[in-house]
Amino acid sequence: MSFLDLDERLVELAGKIDLVYSPLADVKVFPADVDVTLVEGAITNSENEEMARLIRKNSRIVIAFGDCATTGNVTAMRNSVPLADVQKRSYIDLADKNPRIPDDHINLAQLLTTAHPLHEMIKIDAWLHGCPPTADEIWFALTELLEGRMPVLPPQYMKYG
Amino acid sequence: MPVVTFSIDGEQYSATEGENILEIARDHKIHIPTLCFLDGLSTLGACRLCLVEIEGTPKLFPACTTKPTEGMVIRTNTDRLKKYRKMIVEMLASEGNHQCAVCIVNGHCELQDLAYEVGLDHVRFPYLYPDKSLDATHKDFVMDRNRCVLCTRCVRVCHEVEAAHVWDIAGRGINCEIIADMNQPWGTSPSCTSCGKCVRVCPTGALFEKGAAVGEMHKERGFVKFIVNARKKREWVRVAPEDE
Amino acid sequence: MTIEDLRECAEKEQARQAQFTHRILYCSSAGCVSSGCDAVKAGLRKAIDELGLSKKCEMIGTGCLGLCGEGPLVFVQTDRTLYQHVDEKSARRIVEEHIGQGKRVEDYAVDLNDAFFASQKKIVLENMGRINAESIEEYIASEGYEALAKALTEMSPEDVIAEVRKSGLRGRGGAGYPTGLKWDIVRKGVADQKYIVCNADEGDPGAFMDRSVLEGDPHRVLEGMALAGYAVGATQGFVYARAEYPLAIDRLKTAIKQAERFGILGNRIFESGFNFRIDIRIGAGAFVCGEETALLRSVMGRRGRPKVRPPYPSEKGLWDKPTVINNVETFANIAPIIREGSAWFAGIGTPKSTGTKVFALAGKINRTGLVEVPMGIPLRKIIFDIGGGTPEGTEFKAAQTGGPSGGCIPKEHLDLPVDYESLPTVGSIMGSGGMIVMDSTSDMVDVAKYFMEFCMDESCGKCVPCRVGTRHIHGMLDKIVRGEATEVDFEFLKETCVMVKETSLCGLGQSAPNPVLSTIRFFEQEYTSKLISAHEFNGTGLSPLSGAKES
Repeated sequence: MSFLDLDERLVELAGKIDLVYSPLADVKVFPADVDVTLVEGAITNSENEEMARLIRKNSRIVIAFGDCATTGNVTAMRNSVPLADVQKRSYIDLADKNPRIPDDHINLAQLLTTAHPLHEMIKIDAWLHGCPPTADEIWFALTELLEGRMPVLPPQYMKYG
Repeated sequence: MPVVTFSIDGEQYSATEGENILEIARDHKIHIPTLCFLDGLSTLGACRLCLVEIEGTPKLFPACTTKPTEGMVIRTNTDRLKKYRKMIVEMLASEGNHQCAVCIVNGHCELQDLAYEVGLDHVRFPYLYPDKSLDATHKDFVMDRNRCVLCTRCVRVCHEVEAAHVWDIAGRGINCEIIADMNQPWGTSPSCTSCGKCVRVCPTGALFEKGAAVGEMHKERGFVKFIVNARKKREWVRVAPEDE
Repeated sequence: MTIEDLRECAEKEQARQAQFTHRILYCSSAGCVSSGCDAVKAGLRKAIDELGLSKKCEMIGTGCLGLCGEGPLVFVQTDRTLYQHVDEKSARRIVEEHIGQGKRVEDYAVDLNDAFFASQKKIVLENMGRINAESIEEYIASEGYEALAKALTEMSPEDVIAEVRKSGLRGRGGAGYPTGLKWDIVRKGVADQKYIVCNADEGDPGAFMDRSVLEGDPHRVLEGMALAGYAVGATQGFVYARAEYPLAIDRLKTAIKQAERFGILGNRIFESGFNFRIDIRIGAGAFVCGEETALLRSVMGRRGRPKVRPPYPSEKGLWDKPTVINNVETFANIAPIIREGSAWFAGIGTPKSTGTKVFALAGKINRTGLVEVPMGIPLRKIIFDIGGGTPEGTEFKAAQTGGPSGGCIPKEHLDLPVDYESLPTVGSIMGSGGMIVMDSTSDMVDVAKYFMEFCMDESCGKCVPCRVGTRHIHGMLDKIVRGEATEVDFEFLKETCVMVKETSLCGLGQSAPNPVLSTIRFFEQEYTSKLISAHEFNGTGLSPLSGAKES
């Protein structure tokens, strides 16, 4: 959503790029031959992992977007607790009705033992921090990319949390 | 007092014998990153962030405990030092459970500042996600060991300035932890005077006041030097926070 | 006690020993205790009594006889016969046949002309197999405390320091700092009180030199400490011994009491103005307390954490007073140097590394045990001549010196002289004397991982590189062993090792990566053969963490 904070700069951007896939766009399959993909969120389940690998395969540049993608952040807070305890707490102890740990792995993604920042699973080319990243930070990275440079954030754009 | 002349990063300086490299560098606005160091407390040389190079020896020396000698050639910002400082911050980040987004000192945290300074875009070491405890038994304060970087400022301020020695270290290596008295809940500590000095010197959100929300907790750390100077030198000069 | 009293005591004891035609010594060091020397002792006693030989034959417990892997050991001093693998039954045969009938029991006898004995040179261990470890009279009869008497009556403190300096003795704890130089700094320090500390916190896995010296000849260490005290002007000494050495501590306590009773420790020693006392401090089992600044803090009752040097203990040690801190073996060398003269000592070993070094041989070697060799001896001689090489059917691969702080020396460097200068050229150190031998069945990555696990567990946690770095290095080695690491991980491992080595606060952290770096240097192929390609992971440089697939 913070992407939308780019405001009027979105218009300028729209003239320079083709948005081929996004959670907001109605595209079912991740396309091939993508120049840049910004990936947000940590890898916490089997579907995330599969998707991350597909993105990596089909993208020239992959950028970790936001604190969860770079550090695991809040999604990784469960990592110091055994997975079974996490599931028991969420699906049984706190359940209003039908306490049951979801085990239908045909239709549901499987939770990984721990949540991983993206770079622990796939090769990442650059990192944008912040929860969420600021519009200026995003703009800096995008303009660098459009100029053909890999963005390396100067300290003023670095902001965890 | 004898004076020694030496160079830091190619510039000539002189200082009275006995001053350490860090003090001198700060007097001359040369920035050397630190974490365990806090003006007014004893020096440890433990965080290894202030390591500097001295010509003629391959060894690195902590600026906070090393005193220059005549003709010494000191470098504070070489590529090797920058690389090592980044790795130290990476190690600190991987060691605890640091989630800035939900931290009470977000935006006012020395570990965050260090991360920005060394350009920490990601941590190459695997995160260790230790199973650490949180002690909220004290009536005013909380100790969250997940965010502790083991700088021992709290241990030192409590022992050296407040003279209560509530805090100490238990365990070895990666399992080290700050404990209250005989490893008991903070709220039951008979030696704690609830002065709050430890909370104010803590560089991260490991020690904080109850009632503050995410990002709300500001820490003013210059008071230690004020107290120590007042006691030792009878000087009652308060340093403005921005000059710290 | 005067020097005349000392001589009289020595003569009386020599006369007492001369009454016996035979002296049977059983090894009473911890190695032989664990292989059952108590039963042997009882067996010998019973046989001597039953055969009515108690007037003719004396039986005593002595210090380590060296062949620790072949214990229990029994030594007939009179005609120099060593028996190995002795049990109650063979003990009786030894008494019956050897003492009673004058016939060696060939079934158990060891050939003393073997290279194991012939290649050794004993200074520190000279009293092992010669005296009763618990008798001050026997120590005195064997020239004990003569050096102290000589120093106090004939030499000035400066003379003592000059002798030690001229001898070229260097610290046997591993770093090799010249002992005389250290003493000189403490001597010149101005303070109302100075201290002598003996580091007996031997913590390297596989090392048992200091323990053996304390168990077998505790008075030698006390004498060395008293000489140091006289030389630098200290009146109080501490022995810091690890709690895991109960026998050594017992013998040390006995020795201190005996020396006090004889007036050799206490006030006005040998009628001079020199007063010296020794107390024992028992460590709680932290490896880092072998590091001198951490040890001193522990002696003072504080948490054993190292502190930044300078100031060195010789300037500001115990309670900020000038303090000599030396290793057990260093102190054990002092009395012979004063007694025999520095020129004699300097003539042994190499010009820069004088004297001898005690090594504890362990690992994949035929003769596990305690040996003392002149400095500069080729490694090959220690391992093959003295140690008898690796077990049959295997090939020598590497020797680890310096324990978890040292490095592996591969077979192409077997002819390297063992001294302070040569070992660092191949990335190892002299260390305190542990020598672990690895053969073709040993996996070097596993070896490195073992030592790293040790350092990780023993890190005090004070400085970041050692506290966190050792943990991550261990994790990376584990990942390599599991076959999940890529070449990117391997490069990062090397980078991290160098970083921890260069940035850690004390010797523990600075040397912790040595086993990894030295095994990479000589056995890189054992690492690379376990790596997987980074490209197998969708172009990622890092492989998935273990357990990432299951839920």
